[in-house]
Amino acid sequence: MIRVVLPAHLRMLARIQGEVEVDVDGTPTPRSVLDAVEAQYPMLRGTIREHGTLRRRAYVRFFACNEDLSHDSPDEPLPEKVVRGEEPFMVVGAMSGG
Amino acid sequence: MSGVRVLVGTRKGAFILTADGARQDWKVEGPLFGGWEMYHLKGSPADPNRIYASQSTSWFGQLVQRSDDGGATWQPVGNEFAYEGDPGTHQWYDGTPHPWEFARVWHIEPSPSDPDLVYAGVEDAALFRSADGGTTWQEVAGLRAQDTVHQWQPGAGGLCLHTIIIDPTDEERIRIAISAAGVFGTDDAGKTWRPMNRGLQSEGIPDPEAEVGHCVHHMAMHPSRPATLFMQKHWDIMRSDDAGETWREVSGNLPTDFGFVIDVDANDPETIFVVPIKSDSEHYPPEGKLRVYRSRSGGEEWEPLTKGLPQSNCYVNVLRDAMAVDAMDPCGVYFGTTGGAVYVSPDGGDSWSSIVQDLPAVLSVEVQTLP
Repeated sequence: MIRVVLPAHLRMLARIQGEVEVDVDGTPTPRSVLDAVEAQYPMLRGTIREHGTLRRRAYVRFFACNEDLSHDSPDEPLPEKVVRGEEPFMVVGAMSGG
Repeated sequence: MSGVRVLVGTRKGAFILTADGARQDWKVEGPLFGGWEMYHLKGSPADPNRIYASQSTSWFGQLVQRSDDGGATWQPVGNEFAYEGDPGTHQWYDGTPHPWEFARVWHIEPSPSDPDLVYAGVEDAALFRSADGGTTWQEVAGLRAQDTVHQWQPGAGGLCLHTIIIDPTDEERIRIAISAAGVFGTDDAGKTWRPMNRGLQSEGIPDPEAEVGHCVHHMAMHPSRPATLFMQKHWDIMRSDDAGETWREVSGNLPTDFGFVIDVDANDPETIFVVPIKSDSEHYPPEGKLRVYRSRSGGEEWEPLTKGLPQSNCYVNVLRDAMAVDAMDPCGVYFGTTGGAVYVSPDGGDSWSSIVQDLPAVLSVEVQTLP
């Protein structure tokens, strides 16, 4: 079970309270976790990753275990603590004005 | 007519303002979608319970929301706006070719007759169409298949398709406007398009009478007279009586003919409203006086309408989609400001009052007249 923290805007959009939990087959990666989140909440498609290319949107960041994973490959395995459910995979709106 | 429902899009959410036919006592609901930019909300003329809303942020991109119960509840529908084929290039600010990139939906225009048929004007400029209530969107590709497309370049707000006018007597006839490219028209439901800018003069482009390149800010049409179009251009108020084939200036005695909004009285196709703004660099009313100007002669002769509007120290703007009229008699006129006020005149512009103040900056105002 992977725990995912979404930013407030997306929790509001998906009508989510608190964290999301998803199961993924195989080694959990940012790609497989986000695929699972989007399957569970289709309204989030296009809001974290661009339609088509599935590239991370420019002002979205991925954090876990106090590390910024945003620039890693989306197929890089997630940290063990995230896999064991001890730490969440965090989707974060970049800190910029607005 | 039982009342009106005013749909207000702001920089940080949407608001719904309702009143009975007297339009004196208002109920304010919102913010809906708090924190999101709500560029435009518009109800279906064929089904007032059906409302579409454009929702976006720079962080999380574009969403389209749909209500089937008059705004009581909403559900996100399709948000994939993919350009047809190779997106191609347009001119960037420095004159170099720039790839077409989707940014947001500026304007949503439901069909006059079919609640499930809806158009979206987007940045970078293109027209999209949905025939399934916003679930899926397809580009109306004929618009960007024109030879002129590589000459289009963004205005200060981006290369946006912001105005969509559908002829209610012939829905295959559509006129759209793009900043800064101009007016384009189709008479065959979007298969073929052509520029419709004859008569426009713009000093900010190398050839003031060029076929394209004009910064049209907004257009309006009275549904009983679809061949007559009114335009607020970057500078100049313009009028066409041949569905956009030719235009003539009707700025007349306005204190300034710069501005963004323009609309037509629901009960008189020759009565039009504008809000003059001082200049292209000073986006606020002249002399700090917020004045709507009304022409009862289809332009040229204008009178200031000031009763109930701030007449000192007012330095707000009224953005291009932030004025609307209802279908009551007398006509109700509404507009919202970047200072967060929404004003109503229930008597065709003679007197005004604020429905609400201190909202986030208002991006759009639409009104539904309820049966």
